[in-house]
Amino acid sequence: MTGAIDLATVWAFIIAFAVFVYVVMDGFDLGLGILFPLFPKREDRDVIMNSVAPVWDGNETWLVLGGGGMMAAFPLAYAVLMPALYTPMIAMLIGLIFRGVAFEFRWRVTQGKRNRWDIAFAGGSLLATLAQGIALGAILQGVHVEGRHYAGGWWDWLTPFSVLTGIALAIGYALLGAAWLVMKTEGPLRDKAYHLCWFLLFAMIGAIGAVSVATPFLHIQYTQRWFGWPNVILTAPVPIAVAAVTVLLLRSLANKWDYQPFFLTLALFALSYAGLGISMWPYIVPQSITIWQAASPENSQIFMLFGVAALVPLILGYTGWAYWVFRGKVRAGSGYH
Amino acid sequence: MFEGWDAVVLARAQFAFTMSFHIVLPAFSIGLASYLAVLEALWLATGREVFINLFNYWLKIFAVAFGMGVVSGIVMSYQFGTNWSVFSDKTGPVIGPLMAYEVLTAFFLEAGFLGVMLFGLERVGHRLHFIATLMVAVGTLISAFWILSANSWMQTPAGYAVNADGQFVAADWLKVIFNPSFPYRLVHMVLAAYLTTALVVGAVGAFHLLRDRHLAGPRVMFSMAMWMATLVAPIQIVAGDQHGLNTLEHQPVKIMAMEGHFESHKHGAPLVLFGLPDQAAGKVKYAVEVPKLGSLILKHSLDAPLAGLDTVPRKDWPPVPIAFWSFRIMVGMGFLMMGLGLLSLWARWRGTLYQSRLLHVFALAMAPSGFIAVLAGWVTTETGRQPFTVYGLLRTVDAASPLAAPAVASSLIAFIIVYFAVFSAGVIYLLRLMAAPPHHGERGPGEDAPARAAGITPAAGATARGTA
Repeated sequence: MTGAIDLATVWAFIIAFAVFVYVVMDGFDLGLGILFPLFPKREDRDVIMNSVAPVWDGNETWLVLGGGGMMAAFPLAYAVLMPALYTPMIAMLIGLIFRGVAFEFRWRVTQGKRNRWDIAFAGGSLLATLAQGIALGAILQGVHVEGRHYAGGWWDWLTPFSVLTGIALAIGYALLGAAWLVMKTEGPLRDKAYHLCWFLLFAMIGAIGAVSVATPFLHIQYTQRWFGWPNVILTAPVPIAVAAVTVLLLRSLANKWDYQPFFLTLALFALSYAGLGISMWPYIVPQSITIWQAASPENSQIFMLFGVAALVPLILGYTGWAYWVFRGKVRAGSGYH
Repeated sequence: MFEGWDAVVLARAQFAFTMSFHIVLPAFSIGLASYLAVLEALWLATGREVFINLFNYWLKIFAVAFGMGVVSGIVMSYQFGTNWSVFSDKTGPVIGPLMAYEVLTAFFLEAGFLGVMLFGLERVGHRLHFIATLMVAVGTLISAFWILSANSWMQTPAGYAVNADGQFVAADWLKVIFNPSFPYRLVHMVLAAYLTTALVVGAVGAFHLLRDRHLAGPRVMFSMAMWMATLVAPIQIVAGDQHGLNTLEHQPVKIMAMEGHFESHKHGAPLVLFGLPDQAAGKVKYAVEVPKLGSLILKHSLDAPLAGLDTVPRKDWPPVPIAFWSFRIMVGMGFLMMGLGLLSLWARWRGTLYQSRLLHVFALAMAPSGFIAVLAGWVTTETGRQPFTVYGLLRTVDAASPLAAPAVASSLIAFIIVYFAVFSAGVIYLLRLMAAPPHHGERGPGEDAPARAAGITPAAGATARGTA
């Protein structure tokens, strides 16, 4: 296989796109869950929940597309990675169950018991986020493969590096959540979100730095990819862009702007994500399986390509419309006292 | 607790457990989404307040059930990879695209329009809101289309080839999608979903009529639900019979297990009504039989020969007692539903539909019958497919992930604890919503003071409320 644009490459970008859309969309509502303990006031919590209640379900659907799409387009990678990440995956699913039902359940109980589902929302969000971050780190370190099977143990995923990526993702999602609140709320709640943004932005830059420093130590390939000549000409813009976006973010926070913090945080995520892509390419299971080895037969990939080409723009359209319908600031409710 | 259980058995138990919890929720959501679309259409057409009250009443219930369906569904979609990695590798090229299409054509549609359906009535106007409701309803049906196509392909694989890596690949996508059992399964399941929802709606209506027979909302919902039971239960029995004949053609061993036919019959097989199938002995103990009826039902002739499990190697036998009994539970529920439908028709004709306490108690008792029938039906078809995941081609023991038993046991225990904690709470909230009758000026999940962007009002009666 050459580096020319072929079906497997196209599908690698489609899956990467689906996962990225998931990360940015579910990222901020998972982040709201992580920040929940910092907002003990009931009115604040109601506003936070209401800001994502109409859209959380659509956000989570991208995760199903990422998993289902991977099974369809790269079945071998799906079959190797899922058992390798068994425990983080199960933990993520359980976390998502708790936080997902909390959206519906917390309104159905008497005020005194609402706390129970608030804990489920916060705990489930944190658990799912840590699991996703740990899974990411475990993929980056590579997994033990023999033939067409995962051949490692069921604790292989747990290393200092995967714990680091887990914490880094939790910080990133929390920053996204805080920036979302800046955009969607007002008054004291928004002021508090601003302060959190400052703190979380510095934490996130630290986390990006830590992961960036640690990654080249995992495998010599990563080092060569990032620092070898002539690659460095192509890879150097990434950290430079991260620095530039950080400066813009600091300015937007200093000026107390509404929208910029959220979208600039998305830009930070996009850059970090591009960095991951640079590290992994062309492997889908690092060091063992390339996207071409894992690819589905061509007719499966072509069959689905029609669907993606026709439907993804449509999906983005009506999803955008739903966000547009519920645009603007969310105010404290007058319906319950 | 799990001594003697290997990783495959544990993975099967986990699939059975999580699938059972999941399937009842989409069954209810498919029917309820369509019912909500009908209610909103009736409200837009007639302007009668009772319809919008009923719409908002059932919308709150839909929101809770749908949320539970979504989270338990995500578990299902990832379970193929975690517990059945060999299956995923081998069937991914065929089944993966079907599931990807389900996400692209159904899940996004449902999720994208759900927010507007739940909270958007005041924001987008009646016409756009009705479109959102329709999109959610259509999404649930499209979802049924794809997932039943995938399941049917596992039951009656068609249009495939096998490549050098041992993977199934599609030779003809139309043959894959519209495989032999798919049309029958789709009709049977969608009708099951409609009946399941109708029986719940009817039971809630009956519950409130037993307390006060003059309430407008419960009268309307009870009448609508009973029409559905009257008309659809008999159709479902016919559809099920046709599905069975299709199974006889493509999965004869499954029918042998369902019917308890261990022995071949050269001159007309009996219909075993009841008995205790003994897998080890290879016969049904204490069988109550009707001579020749088995051949009459399956072959439409009294003396037609019918092969039994004695013509099949034992290693290819499904677990007969489970398939035998789950099938009878499903059929029994179906006939009870038809009985309820006929009784309601009789009461309707006599003008006692809203007065007959016997009918109302019967309808109330039938509340879970749809769920029981759906579960029993899925148990029948899935256990009847054993010992294969892809019928005749891929054995279940060869489809599982290379995992250690403790890993699967731990996740199974975790799921059992989490599911019981979360879903029992959900059932309590659903019952609480259903326990209050729909009232004048019933509000939806998000109708509130216009100053707010979005929000959910607590259930009526669950909290002290201000005036709106």
